[in-house]
Amino acid sequence: MNTELLGNALQIILMVVLSYPLGKHIAKVYKGEKNLMDFMAPVEKWIYKLSGIDPSEEMGWKRFLKVFLTLNLFWFIWGFILLVTQKWLPLNPDGNGNQSPHLAFNTIASFIANCNLQDYSGESGLTYFTQVYMVMFFQFASAAVGMAAMAGVLKAIASKSSKTIGNFWYYLVRSVTRILLPLSMMVSLFFILQGMPMTFEGKMHIKTLEGIDQAISQGPVAVIVSIKQLGTNGGGFFGVNSTHPLENPNYLTNLVESISILLIPMAMIFALGFYLKKRKLSFIIFGVMFFAFIVSTSINVHEEMNGNPRITAMGIDQHQGAMEGKEVRLGAAATALWSSATTVTSNGSVNGMHDSLMPLSGAVTLLNMQINAWFGGVGVGFLNYYAFIIIAVFISGMMIGRTPEFLGKKVEAKEMKIATLVVLLHPLLILLGTAISSFMFVHAPAFVAKEGGWLANPGYHGLSEMFYQFTSSAANNGSGFEGLGDNTPFWNYSAGLVILFGRFFPIIGQVAIAGLLAEKKFIPSSAGTLETDTVTFGVMTFAVIFIIAALSFFPAHALSTIAEYLSM
Amino acid sequence: MKRDKSTSLFPKEQVKESLSHSFRKLDPRMMIKNPVMFTVEIVTFAMFFVSIYSVFNINQGTFAYNFTVFIILFITLLFANFAEAIAEARGKAQADSLKKTRSETPAKLIVGGKIEMISSSELKKGDIFECEAGDTIPSDGEIVEGLASIDESAITGESAPVIRESGGDKSSVTGGTKVLSDSIRVMVTTQPGESFLDKMIALVEGASRKKTPNEIALTILLAGFTLVFVIVCMTLIPLADYTGTVITIASVISLFVCLIPTTIGGLLSAIGIAGMDRALRANVITKSGKAVETAGDIDTLLLDKTGTITIGNRRATNLYPATGVDPDEFIRYCQLSSLADDTPEGKSIIELVYENKAHIHSQDLPKVRSIKFTAETKSSGVDLADGTEVRKGAFDSIRKLAEAAGNSFPKEIEDFIQTISSNGGTPLVVSVNKKVVGIIELQDIIKPGIRERFERLRKMGVRTVMVTGDNPLTAKYIANVAGVDDFIAEAKPEDKMDYIKKEQDKGKLIAMMGDGTNDAPALAQANVGVAMNSGTQAAKEAGNMVDLDNDPTKLIEIVEIGKQLLMTRGTLTAFSIANDVAKYFAIVPALFMVSIPALAAMNIMKLHSPESAILSAVIFNALIIPALIPLALRGVKYKPIGASALLRRNLLIYGFGGVITPFLGIKLIDLFVSLFF
Repeated sequence: MNTELLGNALQIILMVVLSYPLGKHIAKVYKGEKNLMDFMAPVEKWIYKLSGIDPSEEMGWKRFLKVFLTLNLFWFIWGFILLVTQKWLPLNPDGNGNQSPHLAFNTIASFIANCNLQDYSGESGLTYFTQVYMVMFFQFASAAVGMAAMAGVLKAIASKSSKTIGNFWYYLVRSVTRILLPLSMMVSLFFILQGMPMTFEGKMHIKTLEGIDQAISQGPVAVIVSIKQLGTNGGGFFGVNSTHPLENPNYLTNLVESISILLIPMAMIFALGFYLKKRKLSFIIFGVMFFAFIVSTSINVHEEMNGNPRITAMGIDQHQGAMEGKEVRLGAAATALWSSATTVTSNGSVNGMHDSLMPLSGAVTLLNMQINAWFGGVGVGFLNYYAFIIIAVFISGMMIGRTPEFLGKKVEAKEMKIATLVVLLHPLLILLGTAISSFMFVHAPAFVAKEGGWLANPGYHGLSEMFYQFTSSAANNGSGFEGLGDNTPFWNYSAGLVILFGRFFPIIGQVAIAGLLAEKKFIPSSAGTLETDTVTFGVMTFAVIFIIAALSFFPAHALSTIAEYLSM
Repeated sequence: MKRDKSTSLFPKEQVKESLSHSFRKLDPRMMIKNPVMFTVEIVTFAMFFVSIYSVFNINQGTFAYNFTVFIILFITLLFANFAEAIAEARGKAQADSLKKTRSETPAKLIVGGKIEMISSSELKKGDIFECEAGDTIPSDGEIVEGLASIDESAITGESAPVIRESGGDKSSVTGGTKVLSDSIRVMVTTQPGESFLDKMIALVEGASRKKTPNEIALTILLAGFTLVFVIVCMTLIPLADYTGTVITIASVISLFVCLIPTTIGGLLSAIGIAGMDRALRANVITKSGKAVETAGDIDTLLLDKTGTITIGNRRATNLYPATGVDPDEFIRYCQLSSLADDTPEGKSIIELVYENKAHIHSQDLPKVRSIKFTAETKSSGVDLADGTEVRKGAFDSIRKLAEAAGNSFPKEIEDFIQTISSNGGTPLVVSVNKKVVGIIELQDIIKPGIRERFERLRKMGVRTVMVTGDNPLTAKYIANVAGVDDFIAEAKPEDKMDYIKKEQDKGKLIAMMGDGTNDAPALAQANVGVAMNSGTQAAKEAGNMVDLDNDPTKLIEIVEIGKQLLMTRGTLTAFSIANDVAKYFAIVPALFMVSIPALAAMNIMKLHSPESAILSAVIFNALIIPALIPLALRGVKYKPIGASALLRRNLLIYGFGGVITPFLGIKLIDLFVSLFF
């Protein structure tokens, strides 16, 4: 048992220790300073030339967003076409079929949004072609888009007074060539060495010990898993994600996969400190996020390692913890840590079934996604936190007798309007979605029955399953509570829309706030200025996030996870 | 007459008036300006129908329960309206008492060179009237002819009379003040009903009150919170339905009203009005609420040296005879040199001479011919009947005078001059028959306590800049002694303007005070421009505040009033939002406890029953508004302890306090309410 906890501690320590130098590197990459990856310059030059991009063009925030949206629209169409025609495309040795339009809509929405909610199983729902050119491509591209958005915001924050926030393409290309690509290559190599499949051949056909013929799915797993973990993507090669022995063969690969979840999200916060030359500010932000991560991990580890009291009451030994839905080779503690890591970020990969988590751990994973600002998705995690900073700055600025300002820029009505809308959107998407599905479940049983009945579990847990689906979609997390029959038109369309809204509106809003603030006159700080790099302000931000983001879900939790927990 | 500045928050007649206003403000057309309270009005209305419905049906709970919820919500609305009404009443009472000083008085209107007696209310802009000793000035205006000493105590509370004369920067008179001597002709500068005071009253009464930028931003945030809770509460109904829990409309509405920020929503406009009212209590008329708010943000204060940092004019502090000159003899020469000098400096020399007891008694004073100061000679003095020439003047001019007559300029005098200058003093050299006999030291007297005030400002993050006509050496010394951060020496009127623009380019907000017409452009340019009431009409038009006391240190108070205003808004917002934690714990278990008994474990306050829990939360939510009215009106005290420490302090008191208070409050109310169950 202690070894399990030690393993967890080691993972967390390694995350922090490795992310710090990476953050320094990321800051250099976006600032265009000399860095380790400068040898990629010719490749980048070639990309710019091939696509006719001028990487030195300075974009205003509106142009920046226009480019970002146009690119995503193009990707959406392209990915959709691939998915509904994959049967006839090359690299389909197992002869998998085309995706239905509603499934393809959900899948492509989910992948361009860095969400990776999967209403299909990769073994049968995709071909090797779509695994590589849709899944893997977007796992790089959507991660890079989020990072590019944050780079633009960083540039906006850093500038004293500027109409431009940098070049979207420049950030996008560099995110791939200098951050994501080298890291994934290293991690993939490690996975291959650990025995993860890396092949374009069809299913393996083996004879099992019992003498039965078995066909085992395989494919280019190692390369996809590395970027899946590093880019807060989470879309597994196999349906059961990293619980699958070929996607996560042993404790060592689990350790590396687990670290990879938080590596870049943590590094992005340190990068902010290096980029803005405000190391203390980044430590405070990191501190708040890390605190939340540790608390949520502790709850989950405690809950999962102690096992289910109902099962204990039946006289069944549970010294290994609550093992339902968990892998014996990984253990309860490692799964608990992963469940926390994958939800504080918007990763969404799993190494155990969240549907089987203890109610309180389930509540924690939900809450992490509902807050969606602890580390979060690569790049966009900080952007969500940034919207809360704006609100916290606004209230605390007044509390010290000044009209509010953040890093030398006055926060006024326009920015407040956007920040409020961004913060408002998240509960709207989640609660409205859950309300509609609950309403239909009760009042339109015929429709639900036609869709296959939806819920595997009745009662509070069933509500948690629907609640989780919309939460995971809005937060662009992509993990599933499972137990929900979600490959139906209702779930594919509703979740797909929630994913798109949950991805694009916040980014538009956050970049707009940063752009608007960048245009304003810089106000030098004085003794009366609110310092945002203090523990006090960190506490303030935490309180704002907790009261506004977390507590607005409290009544819904009372009816689902808390009711389940208290009824145990 | 000093105006009533009593600190009683709720005088009877104001309360009565405000109560009736609270009802009138229920008009939805007025309520809609405040989105938070407007939604409360809508749901109160809905509750009314639910109450009626529950008379005939049982599925929404008893009529008594529903009607009680309706009444409490209705009272919540009234409390919020009362907060605004009482703030308005206070501001208006304050302005009225100022206005009373200028009630109907006879005016001597000049028509075609003849005097016609009319009532002050008939005076129009452009009219010219006359005032003689003993008359009360009927209207604000500018002196076009004459000079008079005027008692302004009715406005400023200061008993010493002031001199006002035509031309220059001391030409403004205020209605309600009294002419003590001489006679003046005054031109009316404002249309009746359009004076600054009238404008301020309109501002306070709400007729022309506009939301300030910060208020708009806060309203957006509060409206956003309200929307979040609309979503939370509306979606709760199908979710509860799924679990088989029936929740009544009254409970959902109660949850909603408790969660939305009604506390700050209800007090928001009262806080803004109270800010203007506090300014008025400090005898400052503000032309907009925005100006008060901006004052809290001021980075730099431009302060005139004279009157603000130093007391009036320079005073003689020391007399140093040259070697070989008899000290008593020298004192008498000093006296003679200043006989004809009626500048404040000259008078202070005479006073110093008298203190030294070596003076010539007035009956023994010789007949003299006075020699006036000219720009050419830069010296003044007297010629005695025996032909003795006594002169005093700047070091350069006397040196020229002496050296032209072949007399040497004593070395020790030059040393004295050096010492005096570097101590911030001004040396005046005295010569008799073109021979230097000694030196008079003039010193600025720095106001007591001013250094501490600047220290306080520095802690607030406000830089102080002294503006003076002195030479840089003297200016530097005074700046050091007084503790200002920067100074503009040998300042010309346009220097202020340049300095303001330069600072504003760096993103800073500047406040200044001025009175002259040549200050007007700078007053207009400054973010907060405070014109003295004694100043010219142009200056008063240009600034965004008028100080009735003509007190240059008022700027410091204004900055604090602005900070207080914002702080009150911020802390009450934090308090209001922090309250939600306890309210969730009171209401959410109450909603579901009956159908999901396990959730009773969440009833951590151990409230008596679901109904009592909901009622207690709504009652607390209503009562907290009037409980905080005094704080909203008086404002949260500003403490210059640095931004971070201040945030920590307020977060602890209002944030953490905001979490704890409702737990206690709701529990106490529940103990009481449960008596009825």
